[in-house]
Amino acid sequence: MTMPGVSVEGLRVDLAGTGRDIVADVNFHIAPGEVLGLVGESGSGKTTVALALLGHSRRGAQIASGRVLIDGQDILAATPAALRAARGRLVAYIPQDPGTALNPALRIGVQLEEMLRAHLPMLDTTARAVRLAEMLEEVKLPAGPAILRRYPHQLSGGQQQRVALAMAFACRPRLIVLDEPTTGLDVTTQAHVLETVRSLCARHGVAALYVSHDLAVVAALAQRVVVMYAGRIVESGPSAAVFRTPRHPYTRRLLQAVPDPAARRGLVGIPGHAPAPAMRPAGCFFAPRCDLATDICTTMPDATRVAPEHDVRCWHAADLAAATPAVPPPDDPPPPGGTLLAVRGLGAGYGSVRVLHGIDLAVGPGECLALVGESGSGKTTLARSIAGLHADRTGTIHLHGAPLAESVRTRAQDERRSIQYIFQNPYASLNPRRTIGDIIARPLHIFFDLPQDDIHRRVAAQLERVALNAAMADRYPDQLSGGERQRVAVARALAAEPQMLVCDEITSALDVSVQAAIVTLLADLRRTMGLSLLFVTHNLALIRTLADRIAVMSGGRIVELGATEDIFNAPRAPYTRDLLANTPGTSAIGLTQAAQTPP
Amino acid sequence: MSATVAMAQPAAPARQRRFTVLRQAIAFGRTRIGLAIVVAVSLIALAGPLVAPHSPTVFVAAPYAPPSAKVLFGADYLGRDVLSRFLCGGRVILGLSLAATAIGLAGGIAVGLLAAYGRGWLDELLMRLMDVLLAFPQIVFVLLLVSAFGPQLWLIVLTVGLSHLPRVARVTRGAALEVVERDFVKSAEALGETRTRILLAEVLPNISSPLLVEFGLRLTYSIGLIAAVSFLGFGLQPPAADWGLMINENRIGLTLQPWPVVLPVLAIGLLTVGMNLVTDGIARAAIGLGAAPAMPR
Repeated sequence: MTMPGVSVEGLRVDLAGTGRDIVADVNFHIAPGEVLGLVGESGSGKTTVALALLGHSRRGAQIASGRVLIDGQDILAATPAALRAARGRLVAYIPQDPGTALNPALRIGVQLEEMLRAHLPMLDTTARAVRLAEMLEEVKLPAGPAILRRYPHQLSGGQQQRVALAMAFACRPRLIVLDEPTTGLDVTTQAHVLETVRSLCARHGVAALYVSHDLAVVAALAQRVVVMYAGRIVESGPSAAVFRTPRHPYTRRLLQAVPDPAARRGLVGIPGHAPAPAMRPAGCFFAPRCDLATDICTTMPDATRVAPEHDVRCWHAADLAAATPAVPPPDDPPPPGGTLLAVRGLGAGYGSVRVLHGIDLAVGPGECLALVGESGSGKTTLARSIAGLHADRTGTIHLHGAPLAESVRTRAQDERRSIQYIFQNPYASLNPRRTIGDIIARPLHIFFDLPQDDIHRRVAAQLERVALNAAMADRYPDQLSGGERQRVAVARALAAEPQMLVCDEITSALDVSVQAAIVTLLADLRRTMGLSLLFVTHNLALIRTLADRIAVMSGGRIVELGATEDIFNAPRAPYTRDLLANTPGTSAIGLTQAAQTPP
Repeated sequence: MSATVAMAQPAAPARQRRFTVLRQAIAFGRTRIGLAIVVAVSLIALAGPLVAPHSPTVFVAAPYAPPSAKVLFGADYLGRDVLSRFLCGGRVILGLSLAATAIGLAGGIAVGLLAAYGRGWLDELLMRLMDVLLAFPQIVFVLLLVSAFGPQLWLIVLTVGLSHLPRVARVTRGAALEVVERDFVKSAEALGETRTRILLAEVLPNISSPLLVEFGLRLTYSIGLIAAVSFLGFGLQPPAADWGLMINENRIGLTLQPWPVVLPVLAIGLLTVGMNLVTDGIARAAIGLGAAPAMPR
């Protein structure tokens, strides 16, 4: 029997030479014109599955068994030559970062033509030119020779992704695999690119696999969803069913971790992380992190059908239909009073290029101010100016009424201690050659004159404060997961006993479940320690639960500044309205009701 | 995926992890062979004087006497025992090379780190100065100073070290440029760490692998240069025993009695090859061409 579209049957990918699987027992079908969402945390095996659909495996992995049928043709059984021909013509791939996928030394036109020449050699020069114009039009890039003469670096991230889309759709493939294609893009650009993907797939009857950890995007785009955990499909079904009535505990926890712009509610993270292939427990892989786990969970459940087309791999799927999870109410911090930090008429830039103009804002003690804007809006430069890491600035910054110097080097010890900065990427902000204990001890050495014993005690206390085991002090950063590393960065900042934390996109490199845990941690610390937060982010939905006030930035200016609820309910600046409209929310399909039905 | 794979590896004790690159380098066959050669030649140089059958400066046979039971490798142009002179002549060259390499590395690292971290005019000033030094071929630079101030050992060490300095500085700067831009350096700045501590504790440990390679490479060059300077007569002065000097003194009799030339040439050659093998092994380990499988078992 041959079904049109794409069928994956019994796919298994092994760690080469170990006989241990990375993913196994993967079965799904994608109809022509349908978008299937594949979601999971990092380490769930979703990229491994996506690459297997191209007949490819990463170094150290090998496809052990299974079939990938594209219109009846088995990709995995193809000879290398047939596989090469199939890629591009039958299957196309859109990588995460289009900037690295396009050749920086070749003009866009040359790269697009190369694609046509390789896969459609029957076209002559005129036919190719016509086809090129069509391709540009399809992905809504400006027509005309101007764009074809550009080099990749002369295009914006969104335009680069459109070029990648044009190349992928050029030969009318039967299957297109998109691996987190909008991760690096602004919400507005992301919305446009997603719309383009959806309409192209529908128009040309292309089956699409959309891999992402962003549930909101998947909910908005995909007709059906597959949820993966530790190399197994744990739940699959129509998007509406999976997101509205999740039947696997993991799916449910994931959904609770996703912030929603449409509702102010608490976020719940999932403790721990997905086990690596060598560390998986016997039985259900999710059991160690699952609240509902019982004795039966020590044997691996099979996928069972709970509703039409809705399959779940869990012993407790039936119980879960009735149970409603408890969603904590949002944190309601004390009302702010007074001013801790005041910024007046701040301008900043890099030499003759000025990126900030006339910024005025104030943060009260214990207040959380969110700084929201798309990339290039100047929000990071503003945060760095406040922390003294960007010295090329004008205007004034006052802390407790005293002016702060431009550079952190010329600030007083106490001023440096009061404002602590947490960096975006925890993989870069911890020195890989120092132990966690050393890293957290540095601020203690610098700011407090303490005997060695006290330092050890305080390091342990800081680790416990951010919910890490004190024994971690002997580890090195590369032995920690991304979420654990960011906790260490928070612990280092807290060790200085600051009055204010400047958080620069600190969750953008993390999974949603980890992101929720970090945000909850910050909210707790704020309540217990009376910390002020300046939270820089591009994710509007995330801060709804955290921020007291929001400053929306665009083009180096603050276009709107107001209380969080006012901004969400009655945005005044047109830019804020655009931003809100383009933020995908899980409530679009009714998740909010499902996830927080009051008991 | 890669993050979880890394996590799956058991937590190694701190002391072991600090020398990851060295341990991986030892896993290569070439590193082991190289290390064996270097250790063997160094042992000869260090322990040689203790086992030498004769004094290196006493005449024991006729000039250019062939090998016999009394003089195992024959006698040199003045009739001194070749084996004894060979065993005694390595200590100095090895010591001088190590000292010169240490000077070149320390100076080069300091200049390179300052240039990379200081940026701007400091970077320009330091690196253009290095370019001036770089314009002299190494041997010419050494000979220029030694011929001007006389053949003193400390001067040879200093000039050979100085001639390494611009080369080491370039490598250090190149490696450090990438590291000083990383967030953990910014984080240290935000805490108010001193510049010295940032350079020594934050940046230096992260460029130790290329510098280890550089050490091996510069040591090789030092050995060659100092042997050459001795050969040209600017090193140790007769009648002292020295490998470079031995080659020069006996080259006229090469066809008559090859051993006084062949032995030191062999030793210097082997030491250089061995050091290169070790360096190469470290370089391979540093870029991650590990012989051990990267995946957990």
